[in-house]
Amino acid sequence: MTDQTSSGSFDWTGPEFTARLNKRKRSQIALKLAGLTAITIAFGMLFLLVASLISTGRHAFTQTFVQIEVFLDPAHIDSDEPNRGNYRQILTDTMVKLFPDVVDDRAELRKLTSMLSNGAQFSIRDSVVADPALIGQTVAVRVPVSDPYDQLNKGLIDRETPEANRRLKDDEIANFDLLKELGMVSKPLNRWLITNADSRFPELAGLKGAIIGSFYALMTCFLLSFPIGIGAAIYLEEFAPKNRVSDLIEININNLAAVPSVVFGLLALAVFLGWFGMPRSAPFVGGMTLALMTLPTIIIATRAALKAVPPSIREAALGVGASKHQVVFGHVLPLAMPGILTGTIIGLAQALGETAPLLLIGMNAFITSAPATPFDSSTALPTQIFIWADSPERGFVSRTSAAILVLLTFLIFMNAIAIFLRNKFERKW
Amino acid sequence: MTLFAFLILFAAVVIGYILNLRAARAIRAGGTKLHSLDGFHGGFSALVTLVPTFFFIILWLMLQGTVIESMIKAGLPDGTLDGLGTGQVQLIMSEIRSIAGGRIFGTPEDWKLEAAERLVSLRSTSSLLLVVLTIALTAGLILLTRKTVRAEFRARQGVERIVLGLMVGCATVAIFVTIGIVGSLVFETYRFFEMVPFTDFLFGTSWEPQIPLREDQIAAKGAFGMLPVFLGTMVIATVAMVIAVPIGLFSAIYLHEFASPKIRAVIKPVLEILAGVPTVVYGFFAILVIAPAIRSFGTDLGLPIAPNTALAAGLVMGIMLVPFISSFADDALAAVPRSLRDGSLALGATQAETISKVLFPAAIPGIVGGILLAVSRAIGETMIVVMAAGLIAKMTINPLDSVTTVTVQIVTLLIGDTAFDSPKTLAAFALGMVLFVMTLIINIFALRIVRKYREIYD
Amino acid sequence: MYDTPASGKTAVTNEVKIAARKVNVFYGDTHAIKDVDVEIEDKTVTAFIGPSGCGKSTFLRCLNRMNDTIDICRVEGLIALDGEDIYAPSIDPVQLRAKVGMVFQKPNPFPKSIYENVAYGPKIHGMARTRAELDEIVERALRRGAIWDEVKDRLQEPGTGLSGGQQQRLCIARAVATEPEVLLMDEPCSALDPIATAQVEELIDELREQYSVVIVTHSMQQAARVSQKTAFFHLGNLVEFGETGQIFTNPHDPRTESYITGRIG
Repeated sequence: MTDQTSSGSFDWTGPEFTARLNKRKRSQIALKLAGLTAITIAFGMLFLLVASLISTGRHAFTQTFVQIEVFLDPAHIDSDEPNRGNYRQILTDTMVKLFPDVVDDRAELRKLTSMLSNGAQFSIRDSVVADPALIGQTVAVRVPVSDPYDQLNKGLIDRETPEANRRLKDDEIANFDLLKELGMVSKPLNRWLITNADSRFPELAGLKGAIIGSFYALMTCFLLSFPIGIGAAIYLEEFAPKNRVSDLIEININNLAAVPSVVFGLLALAVFLGWFGMPRSAPFVGGMTLALMTLPTIIIATRAALKAVPPSIREAALGVGASKHQVVFGHVLPLAMPGILTGTIIGLAQALGETAPLLLIGMNAFITSAPATPFDSSTALPTQIFIWADSPERGFVSRTSAAILVLLTFLIFMNAIAIFLRNKFERKW
Repeated sequence: MTLFAFLILFAAVVIGYILNLRAARAIRAGGTKLHSLDGFHGGFSALVTLVPTFFFIILWLMLQGTVIESMIKAGLPDGTLDGLGTGQVQLIMSEIRSIAGGRIFGTPEDWKLEAAERLVSLRSTSSLLLVVLTIALTAGLILLTRKTVRAEFRARQGVERIVLGLMVGCATVAIFVTIGIVGSLVFETYRFFEMVPFTDFLFGTSWEPQIPLREDQIAAKGAFGMLPVFLGTMVIATVAMVIAVPIGLFSAIYLHEFASPKIRAVIKPVLEILAGVPTVVYGFFAILVIAPAIRSFGTDLGLPIAPNTALAAGLVMGIMLVPFISSFADDALAAVPRSLRDGSLALGATQAETISKVLFPAAIPGIVGGILLAVSRAIGETMIVVMAAGLIAKMTINPLDSVTTVTVQIVTLLIGDTAFDSPKTLAAFALGMVLFVMTLIINIFALRIVRKYREIYD
Repeated sequence: MYDTPASGKTAVTNEVKIAARKVNVFYGDTHAIKDVDVEIEDKTVTAFIGPSGCGKSTFLRCLNRMNDTIDICRVEGLIALDGEDIYAPSIDPVQLRAKVGMVFQKPNPFPKSIYENVAYGPKIHGMARTRAELDEIVERALRRGAIWDEVKDRLQEPGTGLSGGQQQRLCIARAVATEPEVLLMDEPCSALDPIATAQVEELIDELREQYSVVIVTHSMQQAARVSQKTAFFHLGNLVEFGETGQIFTNPHDPRTESYITGRIG
């Protein structure tokens, strides 16, 4: 012992120590604050994201319509071929009747008819084709207005901006206000957002094609990745000898899980489209590509679920004379199923949001009808979002947000199922 | 017809199963003891029928298109395709296909009509042949397995061998995917380097992938130097990491050390939501909210700011990576034994000192591994940059400028019609190769660090 | 030395260092410590013995407020160090823990060099102004930990590279480096082999000259070898507290006797 007196020689209450202690406490508080700030920033961004999507997207869930009395002039429709009638002219006549002051000035007329959506003539045509007896009658129809007027009705066009910078001029606004005063304008729920396929006109564009395309792609992805993933996982976890080959496969799977998604798109483009000549833009090919990406996720989740089944169960079954296959397929796999399903649903949810590989195989095509089979050209929800985000028309901004909200709803739903499964069936051994 | 082939297969599987099951039962009824249960005899027949026939049908479907196409090409009048580029040949073939599908535009030449007719007949022949061959194959396999039903036949082992074989097949799919990725990248990249010199690509400082459509066009000849693209990728990834690393680490520290279990149970899942948002949504968020905000902020300060800055894309990407880093850091901190934390606290260290002087240094390898994986994600992230970053490659490191990235170029080069003989298309594969190699190296390195680190404390 | 009963060594009564009155500890709904009264003397080794789960470690961790780090733990009653309530709001646990050092069941050197391990406490508390002063503190602590001769030539090597017994003595050195007045030891030898145990026990006996040492042990032989006072805990109660010799040879409580003779525990 070199020093006998040192015990207690340090002044634990001296001003120097107290000052230091206060400083240390301040840095403790600083660290805590830094952590809180970081979490606040992350939460704030999430809030901003959701808030901006809702505030822009909510407009797309309603659509402005005008109620007009249309005289289905037999002069413009041939009753033998009702689908070839000049419905545009019929609409022009209707508008002229509403605004009798408008002289026969072509530009003025065009201004008037441009108030109605381009889709209006087709919806009238469809009702005439369905019931040709309507020809010659005057019918009351509700037709959508075109995008600028829709924006105006939703208050997205500021009437205070100078006329030159405004998309609608004063007289156009006056015309619309007149209709509004007459009580002809309504703003019902926009079911077309779900029931229509894509269109060049925002007021007509819907997600039907994208939702069906995503559904086909996801089904393909599930049908491929689920059995293959489980088969691979069971082999690696239960049967594979611990040698260099199974090591290699294992490293391979871990690395595949981290390969950028766009590289899978390149693979699909070169192999599926380039070598095998599969159709472009087909949800089936998209699903195959997504399956390759989901495979590692499912394999890793399945292995974890299998690993969680205690060895005692295997030993018990082996002990009564079951073969290894019977043990795995009869006892271990059923017990691991909830975990496997949870992992699979989470993997599929990721696949549903995946965009880049689908772009490379052409699922960003402009297609105005929903696919009938998984081999038809189609878009998917995320690629539809990409297409709409890229469109210059103002109306597509809210449509894009709305499409994102639809996509997020699906994702939340899938994750909720996964969480439900996990909570309901998870066992602690 | 394809559906018909699958239906036949399904029926054959059921028939084979029942036949063998009955045969086995008959033997058992005769008083003989069988080695395997009756069901395994049935299952053996079903599997032996199912597996080869299924793969036969798939193979047929995959190959018939290519084979028929080449037969059509060979059957065209001599010299029609001479001297035409791949694109033009494809155009002719798709015209023939659409004629065969009944969609005739204008008045096509007679030889096209002829070819279309041949295409229709070849297709129906092929479908018919498929059905006939499926019937023959399944019938043969059923008969073959029917003969195996004997008392001493080890049907269970047979079934298990087939199942094991199938599982091995599943496991090797992962290998084939990797081979497919590497193979297609290497193949197309090799063809790219036949057109553009290797050194031009790796060290060139100009990236202008526009290829003149006609020989005599004065437009740029096209330059394929990847350096500015690479630099742009690095600029955006750096911005993203500058955002993500501190926010992620401080959140992890707060969650691990200061948050009560209740608060933690709320914060963690909410952070995970950030990780679950699809990247296309982040991309839209960047152009809808962040980019305009940065632009108006810059205008207020009088700074020249490009419309699609690296900053906007990087910032949003950083937010996306926050949960990634925080969960890795949280795991790494949790892996440090509790005894070290106790040891430090018992010496009178504050929580902050314990974190920064003991836990954090001990967790560094795990955290670094997580950060590296995040870097690899940032480099490979596509949609955010495709939507929010620029298209023009510039040699700049200014985050307020507009830069482009490897993934942006891959997507823009390949969106729309792609012909596999243009350097423009192939350049995308060369960039894909660069991306793949870069992320692979980072991933292997990171996974190794993480695994080593886990071993220390396990 | 260490294998002879220490009962004969304690003739003098030292002043009381820590006094506990009616201490109750709750873990959530579990009542872990019930009305414990105990007085721990200066320059004495006090042993806490009892069957596992009896609360002896829990009580030990109350003495330097390590239980504060567990969210669901609640402490009631009075624990005074030199007459001052350590759970009073004016007391900072950081300061308290510097005065009441602790050694854990499993050696837990930080993944740093031997030097940095010992210098950690003095550095955070600002006990040294210069590098030379710090060197001196580290050497003194290592000497007190009876490990100086073994490590003086490799101070920069990682502390985790030492053997188990050396690691534990390093942890003791680390604890004494902040010049505490009390040393709490939570089964310090349970992870060590017999030879290392002997070395640590010898060290504990030396440490008694300067510190008040409280040791939790489940080995009665160890309690008999190193301690002068022994407290027997059972089911959260302090059953008996007294001179080690008396507890082991002539216990007053039948439960103590049952435990000593091996009928419970």
